[in-house]
Amino acid sequence: MSNHQIKRGVSLYSYQEEFFLQKMSLEDCIAAVAKTGATGIEILGEQSIWGFPKLTDAFVDQWFGWMDKYGVTPVCHDFMLDYTMTKGKYYSDDEALQSIIRDLKFAKRLGFKIMRAIVNITPELMEKAAPYAEEYDIKIGIEVHSPWHINSAWMARHWEVMEKTGSKYLGFVPDMGAFTKRLARVQTDRMIREGADPKIVEFVCEQHEKGIMAEYIIAQVSQMSKRRIDIAVAELTRHNTYYNPIALLQHIPRIFHIHAKFYEMLDDGTEYSIPYEDIIQILIKGGYNGYLSSEYEGNRHIQDVYEVDSVEQVRRQQEMFKRLLGEEVAPNKKSIVVQA
Amino acid sequence: MIQMFEKYMIVEKDVENIVENGKITGFKFGARLPYYRGIALSLLEDIGVNIDGAEVPKEDIKFNVHGNTYTLEQMESAVDDRWNMGEVAYIIIDKEGGLLKGDHQVRLMLNMRIAYLPFPSIRNSEKTISIA
Repeated sequence: MSNHQIKRGVSLYSYQEEFFLQKMSLEDCIAAVAKTGATGIEILGEQSIWGFPKLTDAFVDQWFGWMDKYGVTPVCHDFMLDYTMTKGKYYSDDEALQSIIRDLKFAKRLGFKIMRAIVNITPELMEKAAPYAEEYDIKIGIEVHSPWHINSAWMARHWEVMEKTGSKYLGFVPDMGAFTKRLARVQTDRMIREGADPKIVEFVCEQHEKGIMAEYIIAQVSQMSKRRIDIAVAELTRHNTYYNPIALLQHIPRIFHIHAKFYEMLDDGTEYSIPYEDIIQILIKGGYNGYLSSEYEGNRHIQDVYEVDSVEQVRRQQEMFKRLLGEEVAPNKKSIVVQA
Repeated sequence: MIQMFEKYMIVEKDVENIVENGKITGFKFGARLPYYRGIALSLLEDIGVNIDGAEVPKEDIKFNVHGNTYTLEQMESAVDDRWNMGEVAYIIIDKEGGLLKGDHQVRLMLNMRIAYLPFPSIRNSEKTISIA
């Protein structure tokens, strides 16, 4: 008997390297998700569907055919807001709302029940979108992506709108990158390859792990080096924050979906940067009942010199989730080394 | 400083001179958008090309994707056509005589207007291309 209702999913964003290089088709990505035992599918429509937002009937049939064939379910579509669509202009609220409605229609046709809003959506626009979200029966959650966290000023304003409207269709999609306890080794190694001073990298990583504030680390490094690349290493601490994940507990009913960001799954079945052991305990305690959706983002840091194996990275994270969620783990799975 | 997919921007195996009415009028090379999604063509704020150290004038640059050809100016209003994720498009350079046989150094700069980022999204790549 399980003590939680957390489900496992995968964002096809995770396979962006292979999809970009056309080593994996959309169907291959869906099949790879199913193979991990995850049941939820998340997409960024503008990534996975060429010709977005257009959908042919034949494609929609094929899409649901794949869902049946692989035993998976559409869960979340991530939408963007290209406020600067035309040079020198900025979307009015109405133009931005039309863009959201376009995505609601797209998501509805493909069976998604949740949409992730990109972080630049304003609270005012969220309020205007709420009636449409209800009409299409699709929840909209603003992505809480590092350097924001769930109680940041911007998110507090969104929270006020959720309170004011009382809409059950507005909420949050936290990205676990906000809990980067250790800077991603794959990223700092890449920066060393680009010329960063390894001593500065070591200093920045130590300071970050101690919990020193990003602005202080940047100020310190600015006195140690005038090189742009070294300052960029210090700035990683500003874009890869660690907040206490216990803050999620206050917002569980409004957390629709979770981006289980990760950069590097190790051979021992743990993630290098993000303490999923702690995070999942908190989510279980809070009664979170949505999906933990794998979001692999290590490819961009290793693609310069290594062969990327997103499928293996996602498989490892899903195995970790099974363990932390108390599911049965496949016995004696041979560990495969994918990267040096 | 965000880096992604720069390595794949220039498709160095996909290069050729363009022949029209028996004359070489220019050349083209394959290019992919170094980004995790496809975007409307109007979001490309600027494309810069440098060949063998010489900057190509903007009016000599054209962009071709799935059969549609645009000048940089025409791209500004192309809100309904998209450069899809990983899709190979072509950068076409008008140049009488095209490129001479042999190796050439190409630099490509793509500047995207990405509204949610507070800084410009400019990506650069440099590669050697060959005309057989």
